[in-house]
Order: sequence, then C-alpha cells, then structure tokens
Amino acid sequence: MTLLRIENLTATYGVSQALFGVDLEMSEGQVTALMGRNGMGKTTTVKAICRMIRSEGTLTLDGQDLHALPSHKVARQGVGLVPEGRRCFADLTVRENLIAAARPGYWSLGRVTDLFPRLAERQTQRAVSLSGGEQQMLAIGRALMTNPRLLILDEATEGLAPIVRQEIWAALHRLRQETNVAILLIDKSIKELASVSDRAVILERGRTVWSGKMDELTSDISEKYVGV
Amino acid sequence: MRLNERYLNAVMIVGLLALPLWAVVADQPFTITLVTRAVILALAAVGLNIILGIGGMVSFGHAVFFGIGGYAMGILAYHAQTYTALDLGLFSMDGTKSMPMIWLVAMILSAIVAVFIGLLSLRTSGVYFIMITLAFGQMFFYFAISWAQYGGEDGLSIYVRNDFPGLNTLAPIQFYTICFTLLCVVLFLFARLQASPFGLALNAARQTSVRVETVGLNPMQLKLLAFVISGAITGLAGALFADLNRFVSPTMFSWQLSGELIVLIIIGGVGRLMGPVIGACVFVALEHFLGELTDFWHVYLGLVLLCIVLFGRGGLTGLLTGKEGAHV
Repeated sequence: MTLLRIENLTATYGVSQALFGVDLEMSEGQVTALMGRNGMGKTTTVKAICRMIRSEGTLTLDGQDLHALPSHKVARQGVGLVPEGRRCFADLTVRENLIAAARPGYWSLGRVTDLFPRLAERQTQRAVSLSGGEQQMLAIGRALMTNPRLLILDEATEGLAPIVRQEIWAALHRLRQETNVAILLIDKSIKELASVSDRAVILERGRTVWSGKMDELTSDISEKYVGV
Repeated sequence: MRLNERYLNAVMIVGLLALPLWAVVADQPFTITLVTRAVILALAAVGLNIILGIGGMVSFGHAVFFGIGGYAMGILAYHAQTYTALDLGLFSMDGTKSMPMIWLVAMILSAIVAVFIGLLSLRTSGVYFIMITLAFGQMFFYFAISWAQYGGEDGLSIYVRNDFPGLNTLAPIQFYTICFTLLCVVLFLFARLQASPFGLALNAARQTSVRVETVGLNPMQLKLLAFVISGAITGLAGALFADLNRFVSPTMFSWQLSGELIVLIIIGGVGRLMGPVIGACVFVALEHFLGELTDFWHVYLGLVLLCIVLFGRGGLTGLLTGKEGAHV
C-alpha cells in the first residue's frame, strides 16, 4: 500500500526554483534511498515533504494532501524527520529531548534507549554536551518518539567516526527488520545505502532521473548521476 | 562554598516561614507587611518566569495582568462597600468582598486578556515582541488614568481588606499566610510544569521553533498557553497586591512595574524555581533598607543588576549553587 506519493513536485526558495519535477513513491515498511550529487534537491525534497518550504505538485501521505497542512501537522500525521546537522534541543537533557517529542505508540523511552544503549547512559546529560554521534542517535531517537510511519534521515552519518556510523547503520537495519516504519534515507555512503535500502530514487538538477529497486541500480547509473 | 539548589530552595521557604513568625513574637507587624509584599511580587514574578524563564519570551507588559488583577479586586470591593451594582452593559452584578471570588475573577479576566494579547504579540519575537507587549501595557495604563469612574489617576481606595473564610485578613500574619500558601501552590505548579512534556516542549520552542514543528508540536499554541497561564498567575498576584495596600491605581499597569518584575527574575535567576522569590526578597530589602538611607536607592539596585548580568548569568541562584543554567 502506498504511503508517500510525490508526483511532479516543484519547489522554490523565493524566486529561485530548486525542484523541477520530483517523483517518488514509498510503501509502508519500505526503505528508500534518495540519491544524487550535492545540490541536486535531496534536502529540498525533504523540506517540501515536511512543509518547511512552499511546493506544488502531488504530495500525499496515505492519501492525505500534505500541502493542506502546516509543518507540525505533517509531523503529527506520521512524518518523523532527522534533520541534517543533528539539531537536538541543546539545553534539554537526553531524557527531556525524548519526552518533549513523545507521542503515543510503539516507540517509548525504553525502546529508544534499547535501540541506542549509549543514550541510556547519558539520560541526564544535556544534549549540548554529547558527542556528535550521540547527538545523532538522540536526533533519531527523538524522531522515533513521535512514532512516525515515515522516518526521514537526512545525512544521518555525515561527519561521524566509523564506529559510530556502524552503530547507526546497525540501528537502521534493526528498524527495518523489527518495525513497519518506512524510511527515506539520504546519505553519501552508497555501500551502506545499498545494504539497507529496497529502492533508490536519484535526483539530478531537481528532477527524478532514475528510480527502481536497489539491486537494479547499476554502477553505470550510479557513476553517471551520483559520481560514485 | 556551593549550595545544592534543593537546599537553597528549602532555606528560602523556611526563611519565609520563620521571619514572619519572628515578627509576630517581636511584635513587628511592619516586617510582616514587608515580607508579604515580597511574597506577592514573587508570585507575580513566578508567573512571568513561566514565559521568560521557560519560554524565553521577554514580556515588557506583564503589568497589564498585575493591573487587571488589582482593578478586579478594586472594582468588586468598591461596589461591595458602596452597595452599588456593577453595570456590565448587558447585565449588572453586585460587588463582592470574598477573596476567592475576587481571585477567580482576576485570573479569568487576566487569562482572557492574555489570549487576546498573546494571539497578536506571539506572532513576533525579540524586540518586536517586547515592543508590542510594552504597547499593550501603555494602552491599559492610559485607559486606567482616564477611567474617572474608578478614581482615574488618583486610583481607588478600599477601606477594609477583603474576606477569606475562617481567617481575619486584617491581621497581617493571617493575610501573609494566605499569600505564602498561594506562592507555595504556584511554585509547586511551576516545578511540575517545567518538568512536564508541555514545559519541555515550551523550552524546546524557546531554543528553536522550526525543530519543534518537525516533532509535531505547534510553537504558537505552546507559547500562547504558557502566556495565558502566566497572565492568570500575575493577575492573581495583582489582586493580592491591591488587597495588601487596600488601594489600586494606574501605576499597577506601568511599564516600570513590568520592568521590575523582569529585574526580580534576573536577580534571582531566570528559569530557576526560586529565582523570583530570591529576587523579590532582595528587591524589597534593598527598597526598604536603602530607601531609608537614600532616595537614590535605585542606583544601588542598578549596580546589583549590573554585577549579576556581568558576573552571574544564573542570577543569585546560579552564583550560590554554581550552576548557570536553569537545568539542575
């Protein structure tokens, strides 16, 4: 069953157009990699889904037009965002960050700290005092506490130590296996994306230029549009 | 030596209990009146601390609610003591000398006005929010000056303090007991609210509205609800303040009073549970003791404020406990 449907999505920053026709479709429980070189519209697409910028075209979640909703109501409909650059609530503790975002559902404080044991050890520590990796885990945990149906991770492993990246990828594998949440992933690590994703969508200059199953993504296509 | 903040809070509560009891034993009723004044100002500042300390909203017009509370008390008591009906256009009602009834009216009226002011002012932030709240404060101030029916610029005197069931409110210690109890209740509510999901979300909204929206929270709703709760508490304090003085005047709406409430919180510690209480005690003590020595006591208050802003960002609470932030 289709959860997220995007057709011919366009978006602008003021007078500057950033998206010219993005098409993307996701089902429940599906993991999709959103790929493309820098500046091709990946983060802008995420912002459009979350209604953080103005956009036009088809944008529905479970049949409901997201264009009709403000940003916070999109989140309440089940879109959880882990934004680029982590961005936790710096002055709140780990526990408070998670509680502030909590909505009823499968994900609770216990389940999040089970997924990321490091957060359990740091519960009373302020977010600003965490390492980059721990902040990233907190950002993912905070998004999960909203009990999303669609979880979007924008560059979730960027700038992190290899061991921390491994922990985060392991958590994403667990999410995929143990829950039915759909995941939209943006990341530079093609190898890791390929290991966890069912499908891939590639953007080039604000347009969808390729979409299909991950195992259909050949090195030629990858080289042509992603540069790897 | 650094104090644990819990000990400091306990010391403040014990001090606020012990000082009036000593004053009773030593037959110093004026001391009780001074402490009562500090407690009522602290109550108003705890109300403001909800939006300033947790929500980061610098309201420079919170005296609006203090004044509404004061005038609610003044008008209801005036009609009760003159045995005249209060004409509200569509209907008329009798005045009342009942404190609980007056508090209820003061809080409801303050909350209604807070909804209106909040809906307009919370669309802005920073200096624009300060200016809009200041503008509302000045509107109410000049309205009260022009309101000849209730004393205009001269204000309104109430001859006898209002009633509370089972207590002689004219006895300073009994009126103090009422004010102190209400302060404790509001402090308890503040502590619960600060640690609740609502308080945490409000704190998060202070840090960044955009990120709060991405987790499904509406920052405008959070801030408006906090503003209304804050206004209602400050309105309650205004009703008590007018009862303490048995007098209400337009100065209760003045921007100076709004500024003083902010100063109390900064002195004590922004966002700290006991910050407003410590600030109010210091303020009233400086006002009384320095005021006896010099008419220019505000200069010394300014110096205290300057030192705290420069050297103790967590206020006196922060200096005593060694923790700058509100989180302990």
